[in-house]
Amino acid sequence: MHTILEKRQFSEEVFYLRVTAPEIARNRRAGQFVLVQIDTDYGERIPLTIADANAAEGWIALVFQTVGATTHKLALKGVGDKIEAILGPLGRPTHITKVGTVVCVGGGIGVAPLYPIVKAYKEAGNRVIAIIGARTKDLLIFEQEMRAAADEVIVVTDDGSYGRKGLVTEPLKEYCESSEPPAEAVAIGPPIMMKFCASTTKPYNVHTMVSLNTIMIDGTGMCGGCRVTVGGKTKFVCVDGPEFDGHQVDWDNMMLRMKAYKPREDADHHKCHMEIEAARIGDPDGDSGAAKAKAGGAR
Amino acid sequence: MSHKTKEQLGREATAIWNDIKGKALTAKDRMAIPPQDMATGDPLKRAREMGEVALGYTDEQALVEAARCLGCKNRPCVAACPVGVPIPEFIACVQDGEYKNAVDTIKMANLLPAICGRVCPQEKQCQSTCTLGKSLKSVDKAVAIGRLERFVADWERENGKITVPAVKAATGKKVAVIGSGPAGLTVAADVRREGHDVTVFEAFHKTGGVMVYGIPEFRLPKAIVAKEVENLKAMGVTFRTNFLVGRTETIYDLLDREKYDAAFIGTGAGLPKFMDLPGENLIGVFSANEYLTRANLMKAYDTEKAATPLYPAKVVGVVGGGNVAMDACRMALRLGAEKVYCIYRRTRDEMPARAEEVMHAEEEGVEFLFLQNPTRIIGDDTGHVRAVEVLDYELGEPDASGRRSPVAKPGTEHEIAVDAMIIALGNESNPLMAQTTEGLDVTKRGNIVVDAKQRTSLKRVWAGGDIVLGAATVILAMGEGRKAAKSINDYLAGNEEDIAD
Repeated sequence: MHTILEKRQFSEEVFYLRVTAPEIARNRRAGQFVLVQIDTDYGERIPLTIADANAAEGWIALVFQTVGATTHKLALKGVGDKIEAILGPLGRPTHITKVGTVVCVGGGIGVAPLYPIVKAYKEAGNRVIAIIGARTKDLLIFEQEMRAAADEVIVVTDDGSYGRKGLVTEPLKEYCESSEPPAEAVAIGPPIMMKFCASTTKPYNVHTMVSLNTIMIDGTGMCGGCRVTVGGKTKFVCVDGPEFDGHQVDWDNMMLRMKAYKPREDADHHKCHMEIEAARIGDPDGDSGAAKAKAGGAR
Repeated sequence: MSHKTKEQLGREATAIWNDIKGKALTAKDRMAIPPQDMATGDPLKRAREMGEVALGYTDEQALVEAARCLGCKNRPCVAACPVGVPIPEFIACVQDGEYKNAVDTIKMANLLPAICGRVCPQEKQCQSTCTLGKSLKSVDKAVAIGRLERFVADWERENGKITVPAVKAATGKKVAVIGSGPAGLTVAADVRREGHDVTVFEAFHKTGGVMVYGIPEFRLPKAIVAKEVENLKAMGVTFRTNFLVGRTETIYDLLDREKYDAAFIGTGAGLPKFMDLPGENLIGVFSANEYLTRANLMKAYDTEKAATPLYPAKVVGVVGGGNVAMDACRMALRLGAEKVYCIYRRTRDEMPARAEEVMHAEEEGVEFLFLQNPTRIIGDDTGHVRAVEVLDYELGEPDASGRRSPVAKPGTEHEIAVDAMIIALGNESNPLMAQTTEGLDVTKRGNIVVDAKQRTSLKRVWAGGDIVLGAATVILAMGEGRKAAKSINDYLAGNEEDIAD
């Protein structure tokens, strides 16, 4: 049993929960995730990335967007309520070394899992530039945390309501073209955003790590539901990932598989937001797709 | 084969029992008693329900079947049992109507008789060597040891006669058991009996491992597994679910910081094997592990209550010929498929599945496509499976396994319309322990290397079950658990050196 210590609502569909999980808090490292299950009789197990943790106080923080039945139920919980099961930390931690300058790109709620990675790169002695984006000002999260952690923060919104108007790939491209291009890039956000971040950095040979959040059940290397194609080979996000070389990921297949249970999710999610998202990622071809790459959406 | 109800079979057995009751039977008399079939539900009805298929013996059926045992001196059945159950002795108890003694006799060697009586491949183990079966020239006419085992275990549970095994005085020693499947539960019981503290760590939210996520309710009711776990709790074993050793804490954390004196790794099956076919990552292609886990553990069949999504499919193709393939085929029927194909590249004779499972699947309407193997999976324009393309095969020369090997017939590709595909071709090993435990030796295939006493390359760490064997059976995992527990107990008692290194 895990107790909710703090709850914040970032926007209509995005929530922050701080929950007790002493062992996970002690052993988690940047880049890892947990599986959350509200009810161990009939509940689904859903992967959520760890957005923050405090080993001394024994808590972890999770940021999620309401997509299906479980996330909607999770959103109804309040401070003092319990979550029956949290399994983790899962996945391989981010491989962090001192490389020089690192550009970290986060879109939508992907900014939350990016935060521990930014901190870890910084602690390893790197210069960290964070590019964080959202569809609109109200959907931007973790800005203050990022400003505290990174050397430089660039805010981008699709509609220009805050920060720079445009897509996160634009400042990313400018950094790649600059006289001192980054040694590494990290991109976490909706698959379509990660896809276009990877295609942005590829011509400049900037190694770009992405974090995938596929469908999974056990998260321990048994079910195979999380499989993706990376470099032409089948890989399992739960034990081989969640982080992969963005230049090697078969994005179109990954995005296809993410839609496996979409009819069910939609039935559970009466609002039309997901349809809008799907319509956008349904046409991921070349430049016209790039123009549609937005920073918001589900992770 | 005509389908007889439990009542009909029971009446027939009663008639025989009334005839032989109290008589001194000669070996010839015993050999003349007809083998007792176990009743099953009506095939087409049961194929749409999750309830158990095999319905068990009546009292008289058990008595009549037990009367068939010759009690032969050389006891070949015991030698063929991976855990050495004293079979003639327990059957002698059944002959006397002493069911509690019978089940206690089994439990000296096997703590999970209600489970093994249901899922052991007896026709390949104890029953394959039965003297009666040999005399009657058919393994099908061997004494039905598994059914008798199930009968006495069910009798004990249903009549509230389960006794909690005695536990010796506390030793102050602590043992960590990693994984709550058949190997782990066996180790937990055997080590706990010696008075050691035992904690079982399970990554899932429910205990039982493959017996709850993999083997379906219709073959092994989950209440039976839960009861076995309750018994272990009554013995004082602690269970920690949602705890992934290797990630939540490593084995070294447990041994060094948490002060466990020994650890047993029984983490079971790993990543499912795929075929590397075009289209294998389309929507609607599942590993059997995923399909069965959603259906069993996550209760996808209960569409009213379960949050886990059920993938709607009317025509399902299953690739493979083992027990897991049979489970997937039969589960697909129960989840609403109108047509299920089992696609297997050899023939019925080479199938690794238990004959009874194949028969039950066939009765329920599963259609077998032998000598065929997929070449690609074909999707519609939305990325959902619409068909599988298969190639015909013929049998050639025997291969290394002794089975005639399938040889492709080029140019015979043809499409079969399906809207879901389940790949049931076994598992690779689970990479997690090796990834997170420095110094733990594994084979090229990733299975943990152990010696004859199940000791790993690490001090104070033992391993057993599928993580060592690759995909095997419940009883083989239990056999390894027994060996490991004995070695752990010897080590903790100071009677055995830790591994020589």
